[in-house]
Order: sequence, then C-alpha cells, then structure tokens
Amino acid sequence: MRQSNAYIVLYASAITIVCGGLLAFASISLKDKQDANIALEQKKNILSSVLTLEEGANIVEMYGKQVKSFVIDYNGNVKAGLKPEDVIVAVEYKKKPEDRLLPVYEFRSQTDSSKVEYAVMPVYGYGLWNNIWGFVAVKSDFNTIQGVKFSHAGETPGLGARIESEEVQDRFKGKTIFDNGKLTSVALQKGEGHDYSNDPHKVDGMSGATLTGKGVNNMLKDYLASYENYLKKHSGSNQ
Amino acid sequence: MSTEAAVVEKIEEKKSEPLFSKKNKKLISNPLDMDNPITVQILGVCSALAVTTQLKPAFVMSLGLMIVTASSNVVISALRDTIPSRIRIIVQLAIVSLWVILVDQLLKAYVYDVSKQLSVFVGLIITNCIVMGRLEAYAMGNKPWPSFLDGIGNGLGYGLILMTLAFFRELLGGGSLFGFKVFEAMGIHYTGNGLMLLPAGACILLGVIIWVQRTLNGHRESH
Repeated sequence: MRQSNAYIVLYASAITIVCGGLLAFASISLKDKQDANIALEQKKNILSSVLTLEEGANIVEMYGKQVKSFVIDYNGNVKAGLKPEDVIVAVEYKKKPEDRLLPVYEFRSQTDSSKVEYAVMPVYGYGLWNNIWGFVAVKSDFNTIQGVKFSHAGETPGLGARIESEEVQDRFKGKTIFDNGKLTSVALQKGEGHDYSNDPHKVDGMSGATLTGKGVNNMLKDYLASYENYLKKHSGSNQ
Repeated sequence: MSTEAAVVEKIEEKKSEPLFSKKNKKLISNPLDMDNPITVQILGVCSALAVTTQLKPAFVMSLGLMIVTASSNVVISALRDTIPSRIRIIVQLAIVSLWVILVDQLLKAYVYDVSKQLSVFVGLIITNCIVMGRLEAYAMGNKPWPSFLDGIGNGLGYGLILMTLAFFRELLGGGSLFGFKVFEAMGIHYTGNGLMLLPAGACILLGVIIWVQRTLNGHRESH
C-alpha cells in the first residue's frame, strides 16, 4: 500500500498543501512587522547620511519631526499626490533621466521648519557585479556633500564591498558637486592613500576596487544629473 | 567525509525509558565532541566560514540551525512510518524548507539587522548537510523524542564550533566580543587583523580547531 503510486501522489499532495498553507499563514501574519522593519531601515539610512545616529535614538520621532519628503520630476517641480514611499528607485533607475520620478528628503531645522538644513537624494546604479544604491546628502548650499550612504547587492567582500563602510563613505564629506555652476559630480580615483583635500571633486579611491569605484562614479553622475534642476533652483535662492 | 553519518543508527527502544536516560544524554553530548558535525563529520563548513565574523550572527545562525534540525527531526520521525520510501528525500526537503522559511520570516520580523547580516545563509540551511544527514541517519529510524534530542545535540555541536570560531575572529579581527570593544576597555590600542575577517582566515582557524579536537579525542578517519 505504502509503495503504490496513488498513495505516493496523495502523500505528496497532502504534504504540499499543508506546508504551503502554513507558509502562507506565516507570511501574511508577519508581513506588517517585516514591512515596518524595512521602512525603519530606510529612515535610518536617510538620517545617518546627514548625522551620526546615537545608539537607541528614536528614529521614527526624529524622522517625523524633521524630515519632509516629496517627489519631484526632472525639472525640479514637486509632483503633487505622490509619496516617496510609492516610488521604487530600482524601477525609476531604468527609465531615461528626464522621465524619472525623484524622491527628495529634506532635513529641516529643528527650530525653523521652513529652513532646509540638508537635502537627501536616493541614488541607484550598477557596480562591478550587481546593483548598488544609496543616499547622497547635501548641505543647505545644495552643493557641498554632507554625507553619503551606499549599499550593494554583490560587490566583492573586502574590496568593492567597502563602499558600505563608513571609512570610505566619510571620504566624500565636504566635496562639492558643482564647479562654478556647472555640474561636475564627484569621483573616486584609481589607487588609494592619496590626498585630494585640495580638489573638491576627487575622492580617494579603493585599492583593488577600481571598477566598483567607477560604478559609484557613474551612479553619482547619472543621478545628480537627474537632480540638477532641483539642486540649481535651491542653490540660487539660498545664496 | 566520514562514513558514520551514512550509517543508520538504531536505538533499541525499551518500554519505560526515562526522558533523560544515559542513552538519551549521549545523544546530546556525543555531537559536542566525539561525533561533532563540523570537526568530525565535516558537514556545514560553508556556513561556518561565512557567518562567523562576529559572535552575534554566529549565535543566531546556530540557534536557527538547532531549531530547524530539532523540529525537522521530530516531524520526520513522527511521519517515518507513513513516508513512502521512494519520495522520502523530497518529503524531508519539504519539511526542512518549511522550517527554514519559517525561521527566516521570524528573523526578518523580529531581528531585522541580524537577518540582514545572515542574508542568504538562513535560506541555505536547507542545503546544510547536517540537517539532511540527521534526518536520513537518525530521524527515519527512531522515535520523536530521541530524534528531537539528536537534533538539539547536533545543533549544539555545530553552534559550539561556530561560537569558538566567531570568538577568535571577532576578537582578533575587530578587537571586540558581541560588539563590545574588549581591548579598548582594557586601555590597549589594537589594530584589527584583516585576515581574520576574510573567509581564508576562518578556514585556517577551522583547520586548527579540527586538528586540536581530533588530537584530543583521538579520532581517526576510517578508510
């Protein structure tokens, strides 16, 4: 009986249905919690690109109070009725720069909520092996980089994966995007250990990860060009 | 690879055996030393190298594997008389996958940062030879309770090696334990050893651990 085909088919179907049912139940009942974690992670990344988060800081409260987010188009105009949460950067990345929907997270002053202290823009690109993404935060002059935050899907551990480390990310601090009103972006250089403190557009590179560095450079260039109109609009009004 | 894992271990069942009889205690203690899944059976090495840069992910991974092995062992052992032998491997895989996905979902919901660190390795518990090995070698032929203990024991044996590896790697590589900066607290300046953070460093370290343990317990490969 246990070896008959009918028994085997029935047994396999029963196992499939029971396992499938259990998994579906678990997935549905845990989804809210998982989504909340992902949203929190996003907020944490945005905040940590502009300041150093203390251990146990209340991210949700801080984000709610000081971050104002919206979506703009290529011309820098706010798209009404769209929330940044609805925009999937990985999808927008594949479109032409002019067609992209661009989320912006403005970090407002604690005392004067109309004063923009930092603007955080998501960026997305391709490294050596797989996608890379992150955030770039600029100061209120909409030119000087306050901080960057990068993540990756499959760069080489110990080499390209270092874009995730603070040590590499800190090298972008204080660099500027515009050169006399012209968008020049910033770029990781080949080789490591050089001093680029006098050059506002060059960043000390990662030894052994020149190609990941190139991916980062292309990503920054591509995305900062998308945000160019928005950045220019504000840098004019603030000066 | 050792041939022990392939041999089905049968336990003669007595009618009124106490829950923690000598034999059952052995199920827990054997995998810690004489029959350790990593150092003696050489199973699950891939994940042992990958998740041991820090103690915290190593701990969660061990816990995950222990839960998966123990619960799959129980389920398979309970079903062992109904499973058609022609599809038994598939059934085992289905049960293991079920538990692994449940663990993964729970990690994502409750300890998101750890789950991000472990990334694909939780999913890869499915292919971890320890789980399948114990199902085939033990749970298919024994009652649920001893099978449960066998799962816990092997999970502990795996965890013991993982924690030992992680202890040295985190201490020597990053100068910390569970994220606590040990050397800084003692007032010593310590520059982390990068090799310890790479899989190659883990491989060397694991080799040393296997050597030490096999010398201590006198294990010889059977040919």
